[in-house]
Parts: sequence; structure tokens; C-alpha cells
Amino acid sequence: MKNNYINIIRSGINTTFQDKGRDHLYHIGIPFSGAMDNRNFLIANKLVNNNLDSSVIEFAYQGPQIKYSGEKINIAITGDVIFTIKKKGTQIEGNCYKSYQIENGDEINIISTNKSVYGYLALGGEFDLKPQWNSCSINTKAKIGSNDGKKLDIGQKIYLKKINLNKDIKKTNYINSKIENIRVIKGTNFDYFSEEGKKIFYEKEFTVSKLLDRMGMRLEGPKIDNIVNTNIKSEGLIKGVIQVPADGNPIIMLSDHGTIGGYPKIGVVASVDYDRLVQMSPGTKIKFKEINLSDAETLFKLYEMETQNLLSQI
Amino acid sequence: MIKNISNLGDAAVYCDFGNEVNKTINSKVIKYFKTIKKNNIEGINNLTPSYNKLIISFDLNKTSFKQVKNYIENIDLEDSQNINSKKLEIPVCCDEKFSMDTKRLEEILKLSREKILEKFLNKEYFCYMTGFIAGMPFLGDLDENMRAQRLETPRVKVPKGSVAITEQFANIYTFESPGGWNILGNTPLDVFDSSKEDKPNLINPGDTVIFKEITLDQYKNFNEK
Repeated sequence: MKNNYINIIRSGINTTFQDKGRDHLYHIGIPFSGAMDNRNFLIANKLVNNNLDSSVIEFAYQGPQIKYSGEKINIAITGDVIFTIKKKGTQIEGNCYKSYQIENGDEINIISTNKSVYGYLALGGEFDLKPQWNSCSINTKAKIGSNDGKKLDIGQKIYLKKINLNKDIKKTNYINSKIENIRVIKGTNFDYFSEEGKKIFYEKEFTVSKLLDRMGMRLEGPKIDNIVNTNIKSEGLIKGVIQVPADGNPIIMLSDHGTIGGYPKIGVVASVDYDRLVQMSPGTKIKFKEINLSDAETLFKLYEMETQNLLSQI
Repeated sequence: MIKNISNLGDAAVYCDFGNEVNKTINSKVIKYFKTIKKNNIEGINNLTPSYNKLIISFDLNKTSFKQVKNYIENIDLEDSQNINSKKLEIPVCCDEKFSMDTKRLEEILKLSREKILEKFLNKEYFCYMTGFIAGMPFLGDLDENMRAQRLETPRVKVPKGSVAITEQFANIYTFESPGGWNILGNTPLDVFDSSKEDKPNLINPGDTVIFKEITLDQYKNFNEK
């Protein structure tokens, strides 16, 4: 089995291994990490008949170009991704949400994500990776996870320790829905902001700035005025928390976020909208809509049912 | 003991122990933290104790705010004797090579370099929490005359091992990271070791830390023993 591997010809911008992430470590300063867009991560694994928590390759904007060596294997790409597959000199345009069978010498070139940020490449089998705290998810800032906590690099060979080949081609007609409104629940420091600031938060449009990575998303737009204190005593953070520092521009914590922060929390993104939030690329307009806890819980349950439904149809 | 329990988003419980920062309040936070951690409740997937707050994250597929809140309100807390805390000595070299901000501190605090180090070293500091970056301990409290604000422009790269202060707190940069605290010295000790999965943190909430000065030679030889 040591002869099945991928070779990274071009690494792409931010290419890492991700799985479900790691828990029970906030108190020592380690966030969940894991695939940013959980639904697309699960679908990718399902399309190649993997365990749903198998490690996949996550890429942002420009993905990697890889060459495969070894026995026949299934692959699938999810997200909104433009890619080609080169087989013995012939190149085909790839479609997301469909599995392909590739063989020795074939190449996959992930050109870019389309008006979105993250895409996922799953191979049917298991990569030979060393997990850390029960997860292979790479957190490059903390240098934690498989691949020594580093991004995938040009020239690297990554082996598979297992292949589960499926002769049938699997596909699904899923379309990534884009939303303009991100639903939020009022934050614990909501009253730190002026009446005008609160109104701005819910009524005005913000733009996703270029300061966007797996740790956080900074927004630009009208300033949100703080009338109490621009700092709080440092306390825990969770993904989806929207902090507003002194400059009045919101920052949303994403999966690799620092575990402690000292800026007031104006809101928290409802779990139902997290997968779609992380796909908003720089320049995207964003508006927040307030919902209450019980609606957020119901909406999340529906979203989860929809995900399970999608998976069961593959 | 908890002043208020509210929801932080739809997948976390926010326990508020008050606004002051002191050992008494923080010890309560840590007591809750340790008890909940030990009880290993289905669905709870993370706990973040801090100075005076405890955030409990959960898997919304397995439990809910209501259930976790109810559990917290009816919890049987462990006796404080059962909280095992350590006392640790941290070697720190304050050679000018490392103490990048003593000049700045001399001006702000109106104290000489010697006085600053004298007031900082050989004192017991309590570990309120760890985090921000993996394993970083937040220690306190500094002497009243030693309290300075963060740098106006944070450094892009603070060297690993830097021992730094701001307001009433001291910390140790467990790996190279951006940061705005005032750097007094550097420790050769690995305060965070990700290869030790069961105990990556040398310093944990509730521990006591004393900084002991070492010379540059001792610093250089430290990891060769």
C-alpha cells in the first residue's frame, strides 16, 4: 500500500488537511479548527465512500495541482470550484459533486474557487497522516496537526494507507446557496454600543475585507460606536463571535481563532449560517439579521436534517 | 456564585462571575471548570475559563443551552482541596538582548531597570487562565507601580519564550506570535509542548509561578543539560 500517493506540483494558496477538528482544548488555547465549510466537507467524503470524518484536502481560492501515482482511486471535489483532470494527455473540465476514477499518472488541477473561498478534495481511502489530539486538521498559526502543522508544499508526496475503490460514479445535484443576510444572535456586550451603532449593525451593509483567513474575517463599513469601553477583561471566544474593537469595524472569529479576546462582543453568527459565512470572499456584501435563540436552534436542526438528507441520497 | 448565566450564540453558555479580576473570583471559575471537565457531560465539547467568566461550548446536535444551563445550576461542586495546583519556578534571562522594552518601561513607570526587575522577579504570580495562543499563561498580579499599557503598535513577531507584562498581568509567549505586551526577558523553558498531548501546558489555571533570573550563559546552556 506504500505505493499510492499524490505529488504536489503546485501547492495553491492555503492548502491544508482538515477533518472534523479537535475539541476539549479551548482551555489550553487550542481552537476546534476542522473543515471551514462542514457540509461540503461531509459531502466530499460521502461521494468517495469514505468515513464522514476522514481527512480531506481543503483549499482556498487557488487550489493545488496534484499528480497521482498508484492503483485506481475515486476522487471528488465539492464547493464552487473550477478544475480539470488530465488523463493520458486528454484534459477534461471537472464537475463538483461528482466522483471520478483516476489512475496512475493522472493529474488534478484545481484552478480556483468561484465567487467563494473554500473547496474540498476527497480521495477514496485514508491519507497516511499523523493526527494530533485525535485530529489531522492543520492549524498553521499554532503549528498543530498533521504535516507538522504546515500548509501543503510543492514537491511533497503524500501517501495513502488505504484505498476503498468504488466502481460506480456517485453524484449529487447540490448547489451552494448564496445568502446576503447572516443571521446573528445578540452578543453579551450588545449594550456597549450606541443606539446608532446597534442600528448600523442590523441595518447597514458591510463588506468582507481582504483581512480574511481561517482565524477571522474583518469587515469594513460604517463604524459601530462604542459608548461604554472599547476593551473588556479578556475572556473566551467561540467561532462566529463578532467582536468590535476600538476602530469600530467588526471582526468575526472563524475556526482557527485565538481562544481568548478582549474586545466587546456585539453578536454571534447563528450556527445555521456558519458554512455560508465562511464562503464569503473579500468584496462580498454582508448584512446581519437578528434572530432569537429558539429560532436559531430550530433553523440549525432543519439545516442539519437537510445535510443528512443530502448525504443519504448519495 | 455565578452572577448570571446567558447564551453566547446558540452553541455556548456564558457564565458571568462578575467584573472584578481577583484570585477569589478566578478560583471560583476554575472550580466550576474543573468540576465540569471531570464530569464529562455528553455534548459539552469545550470549556474556556478566564479571569471572571466561564464559557461552555456544546454540540448543538447533542444538547442545548437550556439543558446545559440546567446542569450548571444544579451542579455539585468539588471541594477546593481536590483542585491540585502546582508551584513553578520559571527561569528568565533579562539580558538586554531579550528585554526589549525595559527602556520604554523605565520612562512609563519612572523606575530604573534594576527596580523594575526587582519588583518583577522572585514574586508569586497566580495563573488566571491560559490561551489566546496555545499554552500562553495569564499571570497576576503585578505590583501597583509596575502597570503599563500595551505597546501602541503591537510587534508583528514576538520571539518564542518572551516574558512580558501589561496592566496587572504577566505572560509568556509560548511560540513566536504577534503581540503588544512589554517584553522584560526570555525563558529557555518550553512552556507549551504539543508533542505531549496529555499535558502540553507547563502552567495551568490555578498554578503559582515565580520568575527566577538566570544569566545569559545559563540561558545558553539551559537546553544542553
